Amino acid sequence: MINSEQILKFSPGYRLQWEEAQQKFVILYPEGMVELNQSSAEILKLCDGLNNLSAIVTELETKFATSGLEADISQFLKVALQNGWIQYA
Amino acid sequence: MAGSNTPNITPPRWLLAELSYKCPLQCPYCSNPLDFARYPQELSTEDWKRVLSQARKMGAVQLGFSGGEPLTRQDLPELVAYARELGYYSNLITSGYGLSEEKILELKNAGLDHIQVSIQASSADLSDHLAGTESYAHKLQVAQWVKQHGYPMVLCVVLHRQNIHQMPEILAMAETLGADYLELANTQYYGWAHVNRDQLLPTREQFLEAEKIAQAYKEKVGNKMKIYYVVPDYYEDRPKACMNGWGTTFLTIAPDGTALPCHSARELPGLDCPNVKDYSIEAIWNESKAFNFFRGTEWMQEPCRSCDEKHKDFGGCRCQAFLFNADAASTDPVCSKSPHRDRVDAVIASATESAKTVNEKPLVFRNSKNSKNYL
Repeated sequence: MINSEQILKFSPGYRLQWEEAQQKFVILYPEGMVELNQSSAEILKLCDGLNNLSAIVTELETKFATSGLEADISQFLKVALQNGWIQYA
Repeated sequence: MAGSNTPNITPPRWLLAELSYKCPLQCPYCSNPLDFARYPQELSTEDWKRVLSQARKMGAVQLGFSGGEPLTRQDLPELVAYARELGYYSNLITSGYGLSEEKILELKNAGLDHIQVSIQASSADLSDHLAGTESYAHKLQVAQWVKQHGYPMVLCVVLHRQNIHQMPEILAMAETLGADYLELANTQYYGWAHVNRDQLLPTREQFLEAEKIAQAYKEKVGNKMKIYYVVPDYYEDRPKACMNGWGTTFLTIAPDGTALPCHSARELPGLDCPNVKDYSIEAIWNESKAFNFFRGTEWMQEPCRSCDEKHKDFGGCRCQAFLFNADAASTDPVCSKSPHRDRVDAVIASATESAKTVNEKPLVFRNSKNSKNYL
């Protein structure tokens, strides 16, 4: 489970970046690259050392004028944490 | 030349910038060409900047500064800063020789993303012997500085018969140094490694034992230290998907500006590899004879041509096909479907025999004196 209060940030050595040639966001790390779809990129952009899960959910639900995103976002962040892309600040 | 059906050309993603063939180390498995002494010319800073810009514009994003030893270039910090500005994720692939803490900080400030330090073995005497230079103690120091200054620490150990028995100690060394990534790269037999193959190729038993130890360790440490294991393809029955397919992903620029579809492609005859001093990266990637030579599948012979795995391994490695069969378009003989698989088995038998002899032939070290024997 994701701790909804703790702030999330990108792990050292991992970089989230827009790739003009690919027209998508990617995560760069030693010897590798992960291509992201739009929703994954929207979530990861908010893992900037300022937001926790609650803040990310609020921000995205407002931005896309929707609700009920918490389960999906939480699930994705769990995977991102496991992969080491992000960590608790 | 490739067939008439022009395959879909994907843009380059990985750029390997071999800044110099100069190297203070003399590793007998070096992937540089045997005749590297033939190419003492090096691109200027401006040439490299142009290459970096042009490749980045096409979509290259992973960048390796390599060599030789890239630290021999005085303009390295300038090139690192330029690459960062362009948005590359850059890696310094180094022996660590002569790397000071000040330089590590300077490169960090210039925007270098990570440093891959190679160590030749887990003990000083063997590491120094293989490197041909006293370097082990300093490498350990460099690895600690890399870690201290917040880089992801990527440790690379090339494996072969002279050090594969140290697998448990190599793993322990990596963990002690706090490596975030450990690349256990079984030697690939091109260039200098090809010359020294009888003395470097592990026996099947040694390889299986080492792999078992590494696998168990991988499960133990989990995500704390990511282990990349490069298999020795001679012991596989299918070839590696070399370079993710010719001219699909990887671009190597040699120190003199020659553009190569893989860092060993200089060994292949008839490619006429273009030089970045004469052509743009775009022209080289899309239009040159060399980069189109083995694109797609039209060039393939049997058994690749009718094989249902041809889109998975692309027929294996062209350099390996050439080295074994004197025909770069033939099936990689590692494949059990190749009519020449027996040639690989004969090499394994020869190395296994050599392993039993008391006085093995000495290793040929990679240095300019020895390189001149291949001119």
